[in-house]
Amino acid sequence: MISNTDQSTQSPTPSSNLPDVIDADTGNTEFQFITFSIGSEDYGVDILAVREIIAWSSVTHLPNTKDYVRGVINLRGSILPVFDLRCRFGMGLTEATGTHVIIIVTVKGRLIGILADSVSQILMINESEISGVPESGLLVDQEYLGGFATSDTRMVALLDVECLFDPNILIESIEEARSAEMKVEESENSETEAPR
Amino acid sequence: MAKNKKSSRQLEKFRATFFEECADRLGELEDILDALNDADKNTQAEMLDALFRSVHSIKGGAGAFDFITIVDLSQALEAALDHVRAGKVSLSKNVIGIIIEGRDLLAETVESEKSGKIIDTDKVLQLSEELSSLGNVMGPKTPTGTGPDVSKRPDTELPPTELKHYSIKFKPTARLFEAANDPLLLIRELRELGSLKTSIDTRQLPPLTKLNPLESYLMWTFELAGNMSVDDIKEVFEFVDDACALRIEQVDSDSNEGNNDNGDLTQTNTSEPSKAAPSSSPPTPAQPPTTVAKNVQPPATTSTAQKITSVRVDLDRIDTLVNMVGELVITQAMMEQYAAADNHLEADGFQRGVETMSSHMRDLQDSVMAVRMQPVKTVFSRMPRLARELSRKLGKKVNLVLKGEDTEVDKTIIELLADPLTHMIRNSLDHGIELPDVRTSAGKPAEAEIVLSADQRSGRIIIEVVDDGAGINRDRVFSKAVEQGIVAPDAALKPDEIDDLIFAPGFSTAEEVTDVSGRGVGMDVVRRSVQDLGGRVSVTSTPGQGAKFLMALPLTLAVMDGMIVKVGREKFILPLAIIIESLQPSKGEVETVMDRGRLIKHRGEFVPLISLATLFNDHSGISDPSEGLVVFVETGLGNILGLIVDKLLGQNQVVIKSLEENFLRIEGVSAATILGDGRVALILDVDGIENMVLPGRGLMPKNRRANLLQNEVSL
Amino acid sequence: MDKRVLIVDDSVTMRDMVTYTLSNAGFTVFEADDGLNALDVLQNKSVDLVITDINMPRLDGIGLIQKIRKTEAHAFLPILCLTTETASDTKSDAKTAGATGWLAKPFDPETLVRAAMKVCL
Repeated sequence: MISNTDQSTQSPTPSSNLPDVIDADTGNTEFQFITFSIGSEDYGVDILAVREIIAWSSVTHLPNTKDYVRGVINLRGSILPVFDLRCRFGMGLTEATGTHVIIIVTVKGRLIGILADSVSQILMINESEISGVPESGLLVDQEYLGGFATSDTRMVALLDVECLFDPNILIESIEEARSAEMKVEESENSETEAPR
Repeated sequence: MAKNKKSSRQLEKFRATFFEECADRLGELEDILDALNDADKNTQAEMLDALFRSVHSIKGGAGAFDFITIVDLSQALEAALDHVRAGKVSLSKNVIGIIIEGRDLLAETVESEKSGKIIDTDKVLQLSEELSSLGNVMGPKTPTGTGPDVSKRPDTELPPTELKHYSIKFKPTARLFEAANDPLLLIRELRELGSLKTSIDTRQLPPLTKLNPLESYLMWTFELAGNMSVDDIKEVFEFVDDACALRIEQVDSDSNEGNNDNGDLTQTNTSEPSKAAPSSSPPTPAQPPTTVAKNVQPPATTSTAQKITSVRVDLDRIDTLVNMVGELVITQAMMEQYAAADNHLEADGFQRGVETMSSHMRDLQDSVMAVRMQPVKTVFSRMPRLARELSRKLGKKVNLVLKGEDTEVDKTIIELLADPLTHMIRNSLDHGIELPDVRTSAGKPAEAEIVLSADQRSGRIIIEVVDDGAGINRDRVFSKAVEQGIVAPDAALKPDEIDDLIFAPGFSTAEEVTDVSGRGVGMDVVRRSVQDLGGRVSVTSTPGQGAKFLMALPLTLAVMDGMIVKVGREKFILPLAIIIESLQPSKGEVETVMDRGRLIKHRGEFVPLISLATLFNDHSGISDPSEGLVVFVETGLGNILGLIVDKLLGQNQVVIKSLEENFLRIEGVSAATILGDGRVALILDVDGIENMVLPGRGLMPKNRRANLLQNEVSL
Repeated sequence: MDKRVLIVDDSVTMRDMVTYTLSNAGFTVFEADDGLNALDVLQNKSVDLVITDINMPRLDGIGLIQKIRKTEAHAFLPILCLTTETASDTKSDAKTAGATGWLAKPFDPETLVRAAMKVCL
């Protein structure tokens, strides 16, 4: 179980990975996020991490990876993975069409793509407006959540991308998937017994 | 001095060249020193000369950059070598040993200088003294960093303000002209010192008919005024001081006032010397000297056939070139696709054009890749030395034999090969090879043999380290593994699996972390490094008889000929070089064996069948070989697999792109590529696939296994 | 300036430095890595000055000077010796062989250019 960001207890403490933009007037740090939607939920990613946003195009599937790893795409010669955020949050595979988007972000020097329904807007959020993640209550894994913010009465979950797609988690996923394969192979072999 | 420093700084850009050259020379030195003891007298003499020259060159270069310690040490080494070749010191093993130490320390010092580390000057001093004492030579000379004054003009930083007058008498001998010196040039130099008045004495000049062009008949008297010193004037004549009569006198400035223009006085016509002395022909390119009877200006096109010219190129430039060629290949593939799709008449010519381009592309690519290839010799050659040293330390006798040193490998791989090879040989020596008396009592020759070989097979480089030692001590390995918590004490492992434990992470013990740059030594490091290169390493062992390390590495890192296959929704690439053949078997040709899966007979042997569709969990793909296609491939370790695919889509050259750059290494996949349609296709790693489905299989020698399968099937 | 120089030295570092320095000073520079190759160059190109190292394989500096002097076409070709030796015997050997002058290694670029101009300009 990987826990990265310090889970806040009482006072709102945004994830340390969020950027600082000092607001000259108020002296508070301001953050900028790109918000996007998945179903009816809104999420935000630190704008400094976002490289570009492209339309969905078919990916090349990677064998033996978790189902939220949709595959890899070619971005002007670079090959990078695309993660299905909806699936990552346990809400099923996205049925991607040309209207869906892939948000390309940099995470620890790597380029990765996040599949989302659509991009909403750029939010400027003041530090004081960000509320921390409560310790219990949420059923989903919380390591990747850096905090919550409100925008026009809607709640935006701010993501800490670095935690979202930690390589360690992915490697686990490969091994899990592989052992699943082995079982399938074995059962298949025992089914097709050639006549002696 | 300030001026000198500045211009020396201009030469700093050659530091890299110097260090490169040092590396070459130090390697050369090592090689020669290795072979020195066993060579015959004549060869030894040549070798000593070569050794001397190499060290001398290093000294020279080091001096240019003020690497004083390197200069000192190389001076001591050079002097020792000189004494040996002069016969003052006999070439005993001991002497060779000290010289080798000197070379090693020199290599260390150069490395320290290069990386900015602190140099152990005490060590240098100590060894220098040892070297010096070899021939009772005087201690290391003072650093030649600043160079002798002879050719340097003393700085005129603090010029004496008084004006001095000199009278200089100068009579060259024939000798002066023979050495291609020219009074005209000397006079020009004098002029630069101050104001000059020249008069010439031609009394000895005979009539033209009696003139001997090679003789010297002229004498000059110069009146020089300025603030130079006698030494300054002497310096002008430094090259010819033994080829002329020269007298410099300082006089009072009474007789000659008016130190103004030189050109005025008729006597000081500077063109006179050349007119009056036709015997000295200034060496101009156009005119051959008058004394020459025939014209020796051969046509510029003739060249001697034997010269091998080479160019040093930055590896970065080559990488850029390789990348560009890579992109070209992709673009060209795209064009091919478009050309094939278009049915217009014009497309015909277009298609032909694309085909021609494609063949040119192949050639270009081969040439570019060839630039990066280097024979493994460069890394192999260090090994005998290592083996000798180690065996000496361990008290064992070993002979390291090299084979296939001319096999070429990508330069980047070469550099990364050194460590794994070193570890493997070390491992052999440490654990495999027995002490001489143990060997003799086992009926083996006291001297063990390790064969290090390189070969190109199936699109890979295969490097083997084979020894005739005692093989792997399985009991010891097993108990060590249990100790380290790598296996459970009651684990039932097959012999090959126990052998493979030496590659397990954490297996190497503290006693193995020795002097190799303090880095962790151990076979797990070797396996990781080899895997990072895209290769595999394994070991096979026969107790009592020996062990064999086998390393399989990709031939090139950038481009590859691939066969595109369809499996379910996706296309995959198989390296063309490893494909033996493909066929669609009939149902009856497929056998199923319990716990070994499906097999098919291929050229007399039973070969396991692997369904890629199943492996990759794509149920839209064909897993029944009789409905799809079986592609027989050869793994790096020599095993054959039958891969079941939907169909073949054709051959293509593919540019290898890393998957790990932005994602991870996936078992069974070696890399990715971008097809002509812009989509990503995964390049399959058959060794990985083999490992996934049939772990441990790769370790068994091929023959044994084939028989095993045969026996089983015929039950 | 159209003066052509041949630098003969088996050290690539040395050759690179000399070529760089003299080229910047306006010379055209040819290179050879030992005495025999130098003779080849001299056969095919006309050269105004030879700068040579002493210690080289196959044909060393002294030998090269001797051979050059023996060739009629080059009997008066200026030759400068590069020497690290402060030892006088090398210098006198060079002189005896017919060297025009010498240059001590390590040299600074100015000295090199000056020496080159001194003997062939």
